[in-house]
This record gives sequence, C-alpha cells and structure tokens, in this order.
Amino acid sequence: MSNSNFTRRGLLKTSAMAGGALAMPTIFSGAAWGAGYMNEPTGSTVTLGFNVPQSGPYADEGADELRAYELAVEHLNGGGDGGMMNTFSSKALKGNGILGKKVEFVTGDTQTKSDAARASAKSMIEKDGAVMITGGSSSGVAIAVQGLCQEAGVIFMAGLTHSNDTTGKDKKANGFRHFFNGYMSAAALAPVLEARYGTDRTAYHLTADYTWGWTQQESIQAATEAMGWQTANNVLTPLATTDFSAYVAPVLNSGADVLVLNHYGGNMVNSLTSAVQFGLREKQVNGKDFEIVVPLYSRLMARGAGENVKGIFGSTNWHWSLTDEGSKAFVKSFGEKYGFPPSQAAHTVYCQTMLYADAAERAGTFNPCGIAQALEGFKFDGLGNGETEYRAEDHQCFKDVLVVKGKDNPTSEFDLLEIVEITPRAQVEYAVDHAMFAGGDLGSCNPGA
Amino acid sequence: MLGLEKKDTSLLIIVAILTMFAPFILNPFPEGSALAQFNAGYPDLMQRFVIFGIFAIGFNILFGLTGYLSFGHAAFLGIGSYSAVWMFKLLGYNIIPGIVLSVITSGLFALLIGYISLRRSGIYFSILTLAFAQMSFALAYSVLTPLTNGETGLQVYNSDPQYFHSENMPNIPHLFGAKMQGTYSLEMGPWSFDFNTGYYLCAIIMLGMFYLAIRIFRSPFGLMLKAIKTNQTRMNYTGLNPRPYTLAAFVISGMYAGLAGGLMASMDPLAGAERMQWTASGEVVLMTILGGAGTLIGPVLGAGFIKYFENIFSKINDTVLHQWFAFLPDGMENFVITIIHPFVGKGWHLTLGLLFMAVVIFLPGGLVEGGQRITAALRRRAGRSGRSGDDASSTDTTPAE
Repeated sequence: MSNSNFTRRGLLKTSAMAGGALAMPTIFSGAAWGAGYMNEPTGSTVTLGFNVPQSGPYADEGADELRAYELAVEHLNGGGDGGMMNTFSSKALKGNGILGKKVEFVTGDTQTKSDAARASAKSMIEKDGAVMITGGSSSGVAIAVQGLCQEAGVIFMAGLTHSNDTTGKDKKANGFRHFFNGYMSAAALAPVLEARYGTDRTAYHLTADYTWGWTQQESIQAATEAMGWQTANNVLTPLATTDFSAYVAPVLNSGADVLVLNHYGGNMVNSLTSAVQFGLREKQVNGKDFEIVVPLYSRLMARGAGENVKGIFGSTNWHWSLTDEGSKAFVKSFGEKYGFPPSQAAHTVYCQTMLYADAAERAGTFNPCGIAQALEGFKFDGLGNGETEYRAEDHQCFKDVLVVKGKDNPTSEFDLLEIVEITPRAQVEYAVDHAMFAGGDLGSCNPGA
Repeated sequence: MLGLEKKDTSLLIIVAILTMFAPFILNPFPEGSALAQFNAGYPDLMQRFVIFGIFAIGFNILFGLTGYLSFGHAAFLGIGSYSAVWMFKLLGYNIIPGIVLSVITSGLFALLIGYISLRRSGIYFSILTLAFAQMSFALAYSVLTPLTNGETGLQVYNSDPQYFHSENMPNIPHLFGAKMQGTYSLEMGPWSFDFNTGYYLCAIIMLGMFYLAIRIFRSPFGLMLKAIKTNQTRMNYTGLNPRPYTLAAFVISGMYAGLAGGLMASMDPLAGAERMQWTASGEVVLMTILGGAGTLIGPVLGAGFIKYFENIFSKINDTVLHQWFAFLPDGMENFVITIIHPFVGKGWHLTLGLLFMAVVIFLPGGLVEGGQRITAALRRRAGRSGRSGDDASSTDTTPAE
C-alpha cells in the first residue's frame, strides 16, 4: 500500500530533486568530442568497420563481401600478392597500412534490417572506434547506415547498394558509392532487350518492396516504355517472401509476354525458380516466346538458381571473367586465398576499401572532410571497371556497365554468366538533377567534432 | 521518502545509483585488454539498456500484475517511434514534442486494441494482440509506405519542413540545444568512461517510470490488478467488473512502450518497421520472464541481460576466438574454437536460448529469484555463526506463468 502523505516540505524536496536531475544532462552538452574529428586514430593502428548481412536473404553476398574485406586488409598491410594495389592507377598506397598505421577491422551483422544495421554500426563507432564504416547488401540498410554515418561524423563507403536513392534523394556528404545503380542498369539493358526481343512487348513486373525495388522498377519501366514496350502490371513483393508462386500464377493470364524480376539475392533465386516451374519459359504469348529479364544479376544468384538462368539477360557491375589487368590480379589473389572466383559484391567492397585507403593517403589524414575532398572528382583506373570517376556532386562512381546473359553451356560451377556487351559510360550517364535522383541534398561533410 | 515504504525506497535508490554510475560499472576492463570485448559501457548500448528497461517495466504492469500475456507490445514501440520521427520531420529536432506525441498516439492505439482484445482472456487474448501487432507491422512495412517509408525506415531529410528549426540549432535530436549524441569521455589511465547526454536523459526518465511503476504496484489499483490475476471469477462474483482495470493497465503499459519507442527515435532518428515485428514482441516477453515477472526490478534486469547478449556476444567472431586461444597448441586451439563457435557470434541466440531454458526450469521466478536464493543462503550462513537466523527469504516472488 502506498502512504500518500503529501506535505509542503515533501513536495519542495521532491521538486528540487527532480529539477536537479533534469538539469543533469545539460552539463555534458558543451564538452562533447574534444578531438579534431570523430575517432581520430592515435595509436599505431586504425580500425575499419565491416557491416555486412550474415543472415537474411542477402547472407551469401555478405559472406563474400567479408572475404573481400579480409583480403583488402591483408593487401593494405603488405601481405599477400598485393592484388589490385599493383594495377591501381594511383600509387599512393605502399603496403604499410594506411598512413603508416596497421589496418585492423571489426565485423557486424546487419541482418538485412535497418535497425539492426544501425545498432551494429553504432557499436563499431562508439565502442571499437571505427573511423570508417563500409558494407551493406541492401539499399534500405545502406541508406539507413549512410544517414547514421553522416550524423556521427565518419565516412561511409557503400557496398552492394543499387537503389537510385543511395546517391539520389538520400545522398549524404559522408557517403560514397562505387557500385552502379538502377538507372544505369536500365539504360544499359534496354538497347540489348530491344535488339533481341523487339519493340512490341508487354512487360509484367515483380518488384521487391523497398527502395531498391521501387527505383529499379521505375528505371526499367521508363527505359522499356521509351522503346515502345507496354507495362501490364507491377506487383510489389515483401522482401522476406520465400514462396513466390502466388505472385507468379497471375502472370500467366495477364497477357504479358515478358516478366521482369526486380529481385535480388535469395528473392531472385526463389522467384525465378517459381517462374520456371510454372512453365513460363516454354509458353507462347501473342505469338512470341515468353521471356524473363533480371535487371540486376550476380554470379551468386546464378549459382543459386542453377539451370534456370540459362539465356536470361541482366546487368552486373563486374564479372570475374573480365580480362583487364585489374580484374585478373583480383581474381588471382582472391582465388588463391579462397579457392573460387569473387562475386561482384566482393569486387565492389574491395575497391571501396582500396579507394578509402588511397584517399586517406593522398589527403594525409583520416578526417572525413579531407577524405571526402580527396574522393570528390577523383579519376582512376585499374580496378577492374576501366576508367572510373567519383562524381563530386552526388558521390556516385561513373563507369562502364556489363550486360550479361545466363550461359547456355557452363563449363564449371562458376562459369555461369557470359558478357554480352560492355555498355560505355557515356550511355549510362545522367544529370545530377535527373528526375529519378532529384530531391536530395548532399549537405556538407561532418567530421563529428 | 516520496510516499514509498522503506523497502521500496531503498530499491529505488539502488536502481538510481546503478543507472547513474552505469558508465563506470559497465566498463570494468581497461581499453586494449583482451577482456575489453566484454565492456558494455558505450552510449548506444547503455541507451538501449534503459530504453528496453522502460519497455519491460511497462509490459510487466500488464503481464506481471494482471497475468494477461500480450504478444503484440512491439506495435506500440513502433507507433511511438514513428510519431517521434514525424515530429522531428514537421517541427524540428527538439525531442520534447516527439516524446509527448509518441506517448499519446501509443496510448490511443492501446485503447483501441485493448478494448477489442480484452473481450477475451488467456490464450485468445494473446492471439488477438499478436494479430493486431502483425497487422500494424504489415501496414508499416508496405501498405502505409507514404507514412512510414516502408522497409527503408522513416528518417528526416533536409527538405522536411521542420517549422521550429533554426540555423543555430544542432541538426541532430537535442533537448533545448543539448545534443543527444553529445558524449564526454573521461580518461583514467587505461580506462575510458563515456558520459552521454542521451543516456542520462533516458536514465532519468527510466527512474521516473520505475518510481511510477512502484506506486502503481503498491496502490489500491495495483491490488485490484493482482486480484484479477489471482482469481477473476471470484472478483466477478463479488460484483466487481475487471474490464476497466485491465483496460487501464493495458493502456498504461502501451504508453510505456510508446515512450520507449519515442526515446529510441530520439537517440537515433530513424524508425524501421522491424521494431514492430512479432520477434520484437516476443523479446519483451522473454525479458520480463527472464528477469522475473511480477517483480519490480526483474524486467529491467532481463532487458539488460538480453541486450548485453545481443550486442556483446554477437560480436565475438572467429578472429577474436583465435586471439583468446592462441596459447593452446594448434590442433587443440582449432578444436576448442569449433566447440565454442556455434555459441557466439551469429549463434548468440543459441546461448540465450539455453540460458532462458535453465532460468525457467531452475529459477521460475527469474533472475530476481536467483538473487533472493543467494542472499537467503548467505543470511543462513551468517545466522548460524551469529544469532539464530530470521529467514526473510519469503519476499513476494511470483513465479512466471
């Protein structure tokens, strides 16, 4: 039982205590972060945070990213054969860590959930003193973590994120993306589809229901409609879906003759398998063979989907069968360490780590503002994609895009995709204020101090 | 003091001391040492401790007192978060309007959901709340995308109106200019202690909520709720209608959850739909049972326990294990690591599951019962050597359902 004995004296005492307690936090407000910038490395080491999905629909990509990160750290610290450090056009890296500091890393699981990814990134920044966060195999997660890094004042080097929004309406001054995006995929893919399937087609879209799916679908719909295709329908599917038969069945009677799967990772494997099981590929609609298109392709997905990917078109950021010096060096050192070729996810995060390290060397500091300055407008070559530029206005890399096709006669379990065309950079480039990217604001770089 | 009995006052003081000195207590190992892995005194995790503490205290008012097991409490947490972020988007980054609105909206939702769900009791009530929570999750995840930004999560953009925002105010959540992120690090030799504004704000609010919970537990209203748990039929026969009491308890605990959600958004201005999923609802049930349902301090302990596992054990990867066992011969090292591997890192759920089973089987009253058994054992030993023991172990523990 409570004993309610409210006296004047008691009330005064209580309110004085409460007032004092409320005033407490304000005494800390001024002294926040005395250092020059967030997590300035003071010892002989520098810590990077690798935040990748180790569970959920993108776990395969996450595992491969982690392998590439470990390889990159080994190369930066002077171990192994140096990989793409030898072919990189910038020669600032010496194999003695970054700015003479040995590179160490911490890892975290994003679970492909924005909340979990931010919690994991926060603990890397606050507990482990990470000066840069990188990773993410989902655009939703990448955007969430990019926002966090902007607030906290560390650099975010985006991993596999393909949504237009990452460097469009959600772009941030502390965030950088090497990977290509939905608009580029659509721009590269459309001419190839036109040449193979003609201009009189009706497309049915199945789209992963989050930022990447939305912008990917918007891009490919605009590009195909520009060449005369019709769009029958666009159905959004939740990211956590594993059984797509309910979504595939209606396609049969929709009158569409092309199915566009705006899915990635485990989603794409399941939806493609469903579509093939429903016999879509043997069907004839409007007197034409039914076709399936997967705008964003990766070897890991092709392996997951097995036989079903044969003859299906898509686009990719990079593929291990490329024969330039950078790609060969990377495939060789990755293959020697792990026994199989790297995926595009592995490639992009390896490049991002190298680009960050190189920018730090050239800037002579780990200060996010210095690094941002060194990366903005940076032109480089030798990292497997030919000549590439980090555009200063939106922190997006511009480079050639590969259009690929599921191989009809694979020679090994890794030889699943063949390159149909290398679309030159000029064809996939767009203005900073393009309608699909408008509405964002880069803001100014935040060193966190 | 403060209208509390002596025992409750000392409990409140103990909790106050623990929360105020948490930066010291949670960082016992010097930085750079091998055990620094187990330090939990960084701002984000400390904030989580107290925020989930509030969530669990609120849940315990419903579950611990009335025995109604709600499986959908995460919905209110999510609603609170979305309300707070919307206030940031519309009004500006001061956290007061956000927190106030989050409590109000979650209270309204709790009133609606409670009014319908409380027409049934027992397992049917649990299923109804679960259904409502999953409905809210589906709405937030895809249907209400313009309002919630779906899977990406609701966040604040530079282009948002923010009517009360001005140039000289910080561009992150703040309380009249005091940034929630602001951290003062105290270096003492190899030790480093972080004092974070956001943490202390949450901690003070949690203390207030803890005090409120004690008052509710000891009030005639609380006694009525306990009566509902003990024997609802008998209450009906005495001519008392239990429905208003349970509904009030449901709304209060919903508001607690909303407050926790609002605070979460204030510490990190992003609201994702995942925090409304059924796994999040299950988590608060685990916290309460693990700590001790129906006890005052139990839920807070349970919340701290689970969050510690989630954030610390999940970060022990193979590289860390190799560092620890580097002294063993190679074959032994790999063998030991193979054994431990499934229980740390990604496998932290497994460890937590085993611990949860052990607690439920051997300590049905949760961690609180464990604590009481230890003190009782110590007192018996002290009693044998000195005066004959007054066995005070019969403090009111209520076993978990």
